[in-house]
Amino acid sequence: MRDLLAAIDALRERLQEVPQADDRRLQDLKTEVLGRKGGALTKILAAVPKLAPAERKAAGAAANALKREFEEAFAAHERTLKAGAGVARELDLTMPGRAQWRGGLHLVTQVVDEICEIFHELGFTRAVGPEAETERYNFTALNFPKDHPAMDAQDSFYLGGDVLLRTHTSPVQIRTLERYPPPIRVVIPGQVYRRDPFDASHSPVFEQIEGLAVDEGITFVDFKATLTAFARRFFTADTRVRFRPSFFPFTEPSAEMDVQCQICKGTGCATCKQTGWMEILGSGMVHPAVLENCGLDSERYTGFAWGMGPHRIAMTRHGIPDIRLLFESDMRFLAQFAGGTR
Amino acid sequence: MIVSRRWLEALLGRPLDAAAVAECLTMHTAAVDTVTPIHQDLRDVLVARVLEVKRHPNADRLTLCLVDAGPGRGGPVEVVCGAPNVQAGKTYPYAPVGAVLPGGVTLERKKIRGVESNGMLCSARELGLGEDHAGILELETDAAPGTRLLDAVPLGDHQIAIDVPANRPDLLCHKGVARELAAVLGGTVKLPPIPGAGGAAPAGGDAALGGLRRAPSAREGGAARAAEPGVAAGPSGPAIVGAVDGVEVRLEDPEGAPRYMIAVIRGVTVAPSPRWLADRLSSVGQRPINNVVDATNYVLFELNQPLHAFDLAKLRGPAVVVRRARAREKIVTLDGVERTLTAEMTAICDAERPTIVAGVMGSSESEVSEGTRDLVLECAYFQPTRIRRTRRALELSSESSYRFERGIDLLGMPDALRRAVELITAVAGGELREPPLDLWPQPVQEKTIFLRPEGVSRLLGIAVERSEIERLLSSVGFFVAPKDDRLAVQVPGWRPDVTREVDLVEEVARLRGYDAFPDELRPYRPGTVPDAPVERAKSHMREQLARAGFFEARTVPLGPPDGPEAVAVVNPISSEETHLRTRLLPGLVRRVEHNWANRNRDIRLFEIGTAFRWTAGETGGKGLPEERTRVAAVLTGARHPPHWREGAKVPDMDLWDLKHHFELAVGLACPAARVQVAAGKTGWEAVTATGEAVGWAGALQADAPVWAAPLFGLEVDLAAESGVGAPLAYRPLPVHPPVERDLALVLPAGVTAVAVADVLRRAAGALLERVEVFDEYQGPGIPTGHRSVAWHCTFRDPARTLREQEVEQALERALRSLEDELGVRRRAG
Ligand SMILES: [Zn+2]
Repeated sequence: MRDLLAAIDALRERLQEVPQADDRRLQDLKTEVLGRKGGALTKILAAVPKLAPAERKAAGAAANALKREFEEAFAAHERTLKAGAGVARELDLTMPGRAQWRGGLHLVTQVVDEICEIFHELGFTRAVGPEAETERYNFTALNFPKDHPAMDAQDSFYLGGDVLLRTHTSPVQIRTLERYPPPIRVVIPGQVYRRDPFDASHSPVFEQIEGLAVDEGITFVDFKATLTAFARRFFTADTRVRFRPSFFPFTEPSAEMDVQCQICKGTGCATCKQTGWMEILGSGMVHPAVLENCGLDSERYTGFAWGMGPHRIAMTRHGIPDIRLLFESDMRFLAQFAGGTR
Repeated sequence: MIVSRRWLEALLGRPLDAAAVAECLTMHTAAVDTVTPIHQDLRDVLVARVLEVKRHPNADRLTLCLVDAGPGRGGPVEVVCGAPNVQAGKTYPYAPVGAVLPGGVTLERKKIRGVESNGMLCSARELGLGEDHAGILELETDAAPGTRLLDAVPLGDHQIAIDVPANRPDLLCHKGVARELAAVLGGTVKLPPIPGAGGAAPAGGDAALGGLRRAPSAREGGAARAAEPGVAAGPSGPAIVGAVDGVEVRLEDPEGAPRYMIAVIRGVTVAPSPRWLADRLSSVGQRPINNVVDATNYVLFELNQPLHAFDLAKLRGPAVVVRRARAREKIVTLDGVERTLTAEMTAICDAERPTIVAGVMGSSESEVSEGTRDLVLECAYFQPTRIRRTRRALELSSESSYRFERGIDLLGMPDALRRAVELITAVAGGELREPPLDLWPQPVQEKTIFLRPEGVSRLLGIAVERSEIERLLSSVGFFVAPKDDRLAVQVPGWRPDVTREVDLVEEVARLRGYDAFPDELRPYRPGTVPDAPVERAKSHMREQLARAGFFEARTVPLGPPDGPEAVAVVNPISSEETHLRTRLLPGLVRRVEHNWANRNRDIRLFEIGTAFRWTAGETGGKGLPEERTRVAAVLTGARHPPHWREGAKVPDMDLWDLKHHFELAVGLACPAARVQVAAGKTGWEAVTATGEAVGWAGALQADAPVWAAPLFGLEVDLAAESGVGAPLAYRPLPVHPPVERDLALVLPAGVTAVAVADVLRRAAGALLERVEVFDEYQGPGIPTGHRSVAWHCTFRDPARTLREQEVEQALERALRSLEDELGVRRRAG
């Protein structure tokens, strides 16, 4: 009996070997301790029934407890080894890991989403409309005077008759005003077309986002506040913003919004032509004639609208020198912004 | 529009800082694009006085001058000079050693014929101030020697380029720009006196600027009209006729020329302009021509009134006839090109033929030349639309057409003509023997707009005092008078853009300064427009494809026609981009080729965009083409990035990769559609319950380099509703264990996997939870033409533990049916 308990104690000493063992040593240890044939603990357990009945219980309990301890130690260490899968001295852990192909969204899509998301927080939902439009939706209803230079066929792609590829997403403003009653708060992303051949800063097709808010009591202050809030979210919270007069047939008063140049932070650089400002969007209070063209009472309702070009915004914000990069779909270019814009 | 700072200073009678002008205009009027200093390349040149002129010891044609070039030079310096006109006691421009001269040359100390010259006395040409290089430029200045030339002589100036919006023709002249500056910076605008015109500035200053009431109609205050014109019958209806100083004037096209004024000046001498006039024009980038033409250009840039001077001697009649041109009538314009006119244009003719394309350009025939003695001076208002069409039809623009198109000041014409006459007689001599003739059959007055002061606050969102409104509007020339609780605002003739109340509100806002308004967010009501479902569908599809390893492409939706229903562009810009796409794949294939050209082998691209086509009945001209939102993807190259553990070679993607992505895309884009093998086994198609094919996937042809992997593509309609499905319901997770069986089946030729799976499912019944192919084999042990396909079957009853026997029975049923229906047997062994 005493021999047996001594053997148990001696064997318990060997528990310390378990955490040090590598894969192979662990297998050996298991055999040495728990092996069906000749395992040290197996032998002890086999010897227990041969003891006097009075001693059997204590020795058996001790042996079984040790067995449990070994089993737990083996299992725990096995898990550790597995987790480290091959974390052993002879592996070069500087070797590259195993990759999967990664895809990603186009930079312009990400910019569009970012912009729409900010306006979403300001209560604007997304509206869309057709890319081929009639002159009525693209020009007339928007208060373009007949013979306006923008209506020059030189500048638009015509598909026959008075159907053309929209030159801005403003037709969707008209469609929205015709279809839904105020209050209206929408952003309108979409592709627009201008008859410009490709060069570093022009493309025959590009993305635009317009916005429209119409309700009773909307004022110039609401307009300024909304777009300022957007600019500070989209750029940085301390970005300076300025509004200055401009002209669009469908807004009155009209304004251009500039933000502090993101490259030089307003001190003047080549990108901002030394002005310290970047032109971001054209905007203004909805012209009463536009509301009237959509059957709304311009004495009762007012609103504001704006439009901006995500391609150009992406280029200025990310320092992209040539708009064609945004259309070439070179995998190397696309991969640069696949993980996000920041 | 380029304005000169000095010219503005002359109108405002005060010095201006160019940067401040730019800022003021940008923030209150119109954006300033650039501010360019001119003659800054003369910054090193000084004023110097020649004290003594001696002969050069070694050259007859050279002199040695002792020059006082100011303090700090250790006394007078010796300069070698070659000019014949150098005189002691006079001042000249002097470039010291080290000065950088126009053209960028640095002046060095050097010996001229053995004598060292300490700098140079300069000619006009050397300074870029003219063509004269016969002698050095004599200065008329009291400035002390050593003063910078730019500070001593009025040469330094700034060109301020204003981006004038289409609705503000009043900003196309210095007076209009000065008016805006005066409104914001303070001051009044007064036309500067004309040197040599004897006396003070002519009348015709901007009366409204002083807050005075403008005469209700410029008729009364303007140049006296000649004898009341009469009406006579002309070839194109009643004509308004008159005569001035022996010249008959017939206005036969009052629609094209609502107001037409003629002055006759006799006895002019055409010569180069005096220096001040040439300088004025140069300062805005205009080349001086001769005193008469320069005078008309001066008035153009000062008052925005295009004028045309022509030679009375060359005028047959002598008569001026304003009429519609006849179809195919010809005229050789000043640029030497023969132009063919149409009846849509207005022509200014003499008794026989056209001499001017009205408002656009004159002819070389009637042009003022050196020999011209008597002038006919035209001051007209041409109908803007008419001019725009003429300009477009002739593809001919001029400073005049640009201004007439935008609308000039109909009421300011007499003032402008008077100014022009005064200027011409001052610089070219001659006299006006009779007052100008003014043909204006239907005179109009300033329009009046009623403004409600509370309307201003209502739109702008802040309270604006009535007095503030009055002050701001008056400052740019509106005449404001209270009328009940409103303001009656008279709009000056130079502001054709102001037509309704809201236009006046804009004036108040911009003159106050947009920056002066608060930008606090105020409460708003939520809108009634729901988010567009298609936007959500697109966004979801994009995320899924990006997650599957595809990059989003954005291509141009224009290209060569890709089907009979393709929508053609009437006016394409290139011969490769003549049609709108009917599918997205061809554009993506071009992008793959671009990537191949950049030696990129592994390419996975997708695009979501619009495809266009004419549907039956809509073949162009009527109605809009059909637009569908589609998603397409292309894939080629390695299935995953290589990893050193597996070696460099990674298998290329094949049809089975494509099929997976196609099923994924169809499941998202068109959940109701089914993927099936396409006719002719070229790939797969997605078909709706109504049998409409909405998608396709298969191998693609492309211009591929030899090292490229096979290219595959898929395309499917993106249904807007796919973004707004009902919420998915939870299905309880199984709690009872499955029974799994592998089944190797021998399929005769022609039997498809999907047919086997269908029979399996049907015959085995509800207990068969899942059936999956895991192997295919052909070869020894399998009859020729047959193949062995191995299936992994999972049986489960959600409510209880299955008994082995039930599974065996289900399998047996399935095998029987497979054999009966498809001739499929279990593989032996
Ligand atoms: Zn900058």
